[in-house]
Amino acid sequence: MHLHDLWFILIAVLWTGYFFLEGFDFGVGILTRTLARNTAERRVLINTIGPVWDGNEVWLLTAGGATFAAFPDWYATLFSGFFVPLLLILVCLIVRGVSFEYRHQRSGERWQRNWELAIFWTSLLPAFLWGVAFGNIVHGVDIDADKNYVGTLGDLLNPYALLGGLTTLVLFTFHGAVFTSLKTSGEIRLRARAQATGLGLATAVLALVFLVWTQAHSGNGWSLAALVVAVLALLGALGANRLAREGWAFALSGLTIVAAVAMLFLSLFPDVMPSTLNPDWSLTVDNASSSGYTLKVMTVVAVVFTPLVLLYQGWTYWVFRRRIGVQHIPAAAHH
Amino acid sequence: MDLAVAHETISRWQFGITTVYHFLFVPLTISLASIVAGLQTAWVRTGKEKYFHATKFWGKLFLINIAMGVVTGIVQEFQFGMNWSDYSRFVGDVFGAPLAMEALIAFFFESTFIGLWIFGWDRLPKKVHLACIWLVAIGTALSAYFILAANSWMQHPVGYRIDPATGKAQLTDIVRVLTQNTTVVQVFHTLTAAFLTGAAFVVGIASYHLWRAKRGKETDRKRTAAMRTSLRVGLAIAVVAGLGVAISGDTLGKVMFEQQPMKMAAAEALWDTQAPAPFSVFAIGDVSKGHNSVELEIPGILSFLAHSDFSSAVPGINDTAAAEAAKYGGQPNDYIPNIFVTYWGFRLMIGFGMTSFAAALIGLWTTRRKFWLAPEHRTGEDEPPKLMLTRNREMNVFFTRWSWRIGILTMGFPLVANSFGWIFTEMGRQPWVVFGLMRTRDAVSPNVTVGTQLVGLTTLTVLYAVLAVIEVRLLAKYAAAGPDTGEQPPAKDPTLRGPSDDEDADRPLAFAY
Repeated sequence: MHLHDLWFILIAVLWTGYFFLEGFDFGVGILTRTLARNTAERRVLINTIGPVWDGNEVWLLTAGGATFAAFPDWYATLFSGFFVPLLLILVCLIVRGVSFEYRHQRSGERWQRNWELAIFWTSLLPAFLWGVAFGNIVHGVDIDADKNYVGTLGDLLNPYALLGGLTTLVLFTFHGAVFTSLKTSGEIRLRARAQATGLGLATAVLALVFLVWTQAHSGNGWSLAALVVAVLALLGALGANRLAREGWAFALSGLTIVAAVAMLFLSLFPDVMPSTLNPDWSLTVDNASSSGYTLKVMTVVAVVFTPLVLLYQGWTYWVFRRRIGVQHIPAAAHH
Repeated sequence: MDLAVAHETISRWQFGITTVYHFLFVPLTISLASIVAGLQTAWVRTGKEKYFHATKFWGKLFLINIAMGVVTGIVQEFQFGMNWSDYSRFVGDVFGAPLAMEALIAFFFESTFIGLWIFGWDRLPKKVHLACIWLVAIGTALSAYFILAANSWMQHPVGYRIDPATGKAQLTDIVRVLTQNTTVVQVFHTLTAAFLTGAAFVVGIASYHLWRAKRGKETDRKRTAAMRTSLRVGLAIAVVAGLGVAISGDTLGKVMFEQQPMKMAAAEALWDTQAPAPFSVFAIGDVSKGHNSVELEIPGILSFLAHSDFSSAVPGINDTAAAEAAKYGGQPNDYIPNIFVTYWGFRLMIGFGMTSFAAALIGLWTTRRKFWLAPEHRTGEDEPPKLMLTRNREMNVFFTRWSWRIGILTMGFPLVANSFGWIFTEMGRQPWVVFGLMRTRDAVSPNVTVGTQLVGLTTLTVLYAVLAVIEVRLLAKYAAAGPDTGEQPPAKDPTLRGPSDDEDADRPLAFAY
């Protein structure tokens, strides 16, 4: 296997890790308004992801940095081409990070309510926009001979990409609900389970249409296999959730995300950003990648450090494995 | 303004604003992480309450600050691609590697262990919890190292070749990129400056509380104890770091005289080559017009800064510009950076940084506890110190008042110095984005319209301004409140297995968002 193929896989793994992890914390952020009924419950939700959301977000930064290092043209075309949606995502991630850290710093009701609103919207918008972005990447956009995106902002908001956005939005919310049922105790746990059923069914409908559309437009044998896994995993997650097997439900909703992201990347390969203007202008793993030496250096770094990251991030989840209920939320302890 | 110029200018303003802003939080984060880790170590080792209170207090301010550092860092990771796509394409093979390493090695480290530290007070054994904050501190320093390696490559490209097929830079030697002298010296200079920044911050806030205690407006002696320790720690770090900043700054200057003579000539507004060359303390008149009307100079010092002797020639702006024009084509004028900004940026950097260092040096002496101090002037560790000039002589009321005030007022000086340092070094490299290889005007995203760029610039600037107000008000609130001396450490040391579930299953979390 050529190193740039390996790096295509590694980039896919990084995005998968990002969507798996930040997927549920976006979901939890959204549920703070749709599931939680009062401040105490909202705080329960926020605290299930409190110690981990920051580490989860680094998967995105690493995906960005790794794309820069391994596929500079992919990085350049994608981020300059999708400037406005990306800017919106950045604004959301900035406000979101600050919201978690600042919400509890003052006890004023308005202060806290505003940050809570911010958590909701800044979780919802990126969950949607990432789907739009990946829909466009897989579908192909107007890329010229100089590898520059020459379409408009409106072109990015096509029905297929918007459907992709809705799919990730609902899928992440479902994943978040399943995570909540796994990480909370008491009444909110039961309600999370109940909401997960509805969200799971909605995800099933949207994901099926979006993934079949993807398969029809840009799929191949491998992507079809991933599609089947994604659909089965989703059904499994729904079933496990019904049976109150929360661990299994979470593993399977996670597998749904893994398989769905894998399917998108398998449909892409060997392109990284297909051009709709001329297939010869598409960015591929070959024409967008760094030199062999750089890829070799980065491979060594990735091989040494990725397992280490998984190890200590995994440990964090173990340390904070206890379920949280309203009884665990301290009264406003801050002055 | 014509469109091509606007294109470059707007992207530069965005990069300048977002980066200078980001770098307000970075040095504070780097140094406060270590200071908090040090205080927590003292607490774990001695069990003294004042260290616990100091740890919690500075930890709180550290967290308010790091939140901003983290989120503004996200923009840094992506804006190369958004606004500087041609730059990204040209340098990605070299420049991307340290960035990816920074994310994989440093960011994961920081962000994971900061979560463990924030929420781990009642979950982790004391020593494991302490290790977490040290790992955060190491992560922040590693992060600085990788990004400075990337920046150093822009200042002085090494370990690459230009691929004849694509015309792009290609990495040939990662070790050189990570260990070249520009990287090593920049890292040393930036990290020492970071510690000076955090130390001045600690000194400023501690001075505020101790000055209140001195005037009888603060009666909580535990709080005073925590602040007095903090003051001494801050002053000691500021002195050591300030010395390090000066030494590394001098070395960096020498490296730059060799690698970017134009930057250093511009720093001095030295138009004509001179031997020996004087150091300009200040100049009145337009430094960018080729000569200065009034100028205060110290003879020979510039020669010393450049070459460690008092007589060698230092090339001036005109000769250097002519040399660059001969080498790279075009007119000499194309190679002259903004002299006004570089000249004054350089001076403000040194001025603010060294003032802070000098203030710390005086403070370290006058607030000493025992050394060369008559017993009747020694104060208890929970009292504010007397400001002692000699063994028996205390500063008079006027100087005492102003000493404490200066401690408070110089709190932000290193922040100003840092900002001007970056503005100087980046503006002084112009017209190059990668010195000698790529011009800034060729680096911009060609497909991003001026309108879109303006949306980006405006959005981020407004957002950053709003967040700055919120951040500063929060910091001020908690800084003024001082340590919560009612707070107690967890009663028993948790084991790694965590609390047994039946025992305290319903006990509230020690910390919750």
